[in-house]
Amino acid sequence: MSLRTPLARVLNQGAARDGVHHWLVQRVTAVALAPLSVWLTLSLLRLPDRGYGAVTAWIGAGVHPVLLALTVGLAAWHAWLGIQVVVEDYVAQPALKAPLLLLSAFTNALLVASGVYAVLRIALRSLA
Amino acid sequence: MAERPLSPHVTVYRWGYTMTLSILHRITGIALFLALVGFIAWLTAAAMGPGAYARAMIIMDSLPAELLIALALLALCFHFCNGLRHLAWDMGWGFERAQARRSAVVVIVVSVLAAAAVLYLLLRAGAA
Repeated sequence: MSLRTPLARVLNQGAARDGVHHWLVQRVTAVALAPLSVWLTLSLLRLPDRGYGAVTAWIGAGVHPVLLALTVGLAAWHAWLGIQVVVEDYVAQPALKAPLLLLSAFTNALLVASGVYAVLRIALRSLA
Repeated sequence: MAERPLSPHVTVYRWGYTMTLSILHRITGIALFLALVGFIAWLTAAAMGPGAYARAMIIMDSLPAELLIALALLALCFHFCNGLRHLAWDMGWGFERAQARRSAVVVIVVSVLAAAAVLYLLLRAGAA
């Protein structure tokens, strides 16, 4: 069942262009980020010190690389969706809106790639 | 087409403090995106090795960076608490005007207290 009206489907001109999917993914990433952000904050607080050894040992230990990669990926995904809403609401000129949306998409993709790469590099180094 | 009304009719309504929370959710969201950039830069420095990490920590331990980290923490606590409030609304809970005003006060109080507690623990760990 679709909640879209036939007219909206024909015109394909909803304000968000893709209906309820954007809204839903924003909520799903929010629900996932809630426990992850608590875990990350408490973990960083509980580090014995902030030196290179303690930090990289913590990043590479057990399930930490997986949770960190998830946190980075979901946070960037959530940020991409959120920034899109803000830009669409406050930036009316297409000449400015489109570049801002592209910049946000590329920056967040870059954040995921570099964050996951950094975590993997630290985790795999501690295995070697 | 050019004269179509745009979504947030911000200037139309008498300002209420629940609206301040709404705009703060967006502002802290953008701030947390910037914090994510900083966090991934820190991860990348750790992945590059002890030298790069030591140089990153010199920047992290400067007063401006520490102030930014404190602000990011406050933004995280607020966005977290207010995000839970939004998720409750999405499930149909607490949407009455009196409830929304009460939950707004709870969000402000809890997020400031949580940020203060984490900052206190962070400063105590730094001093030790």
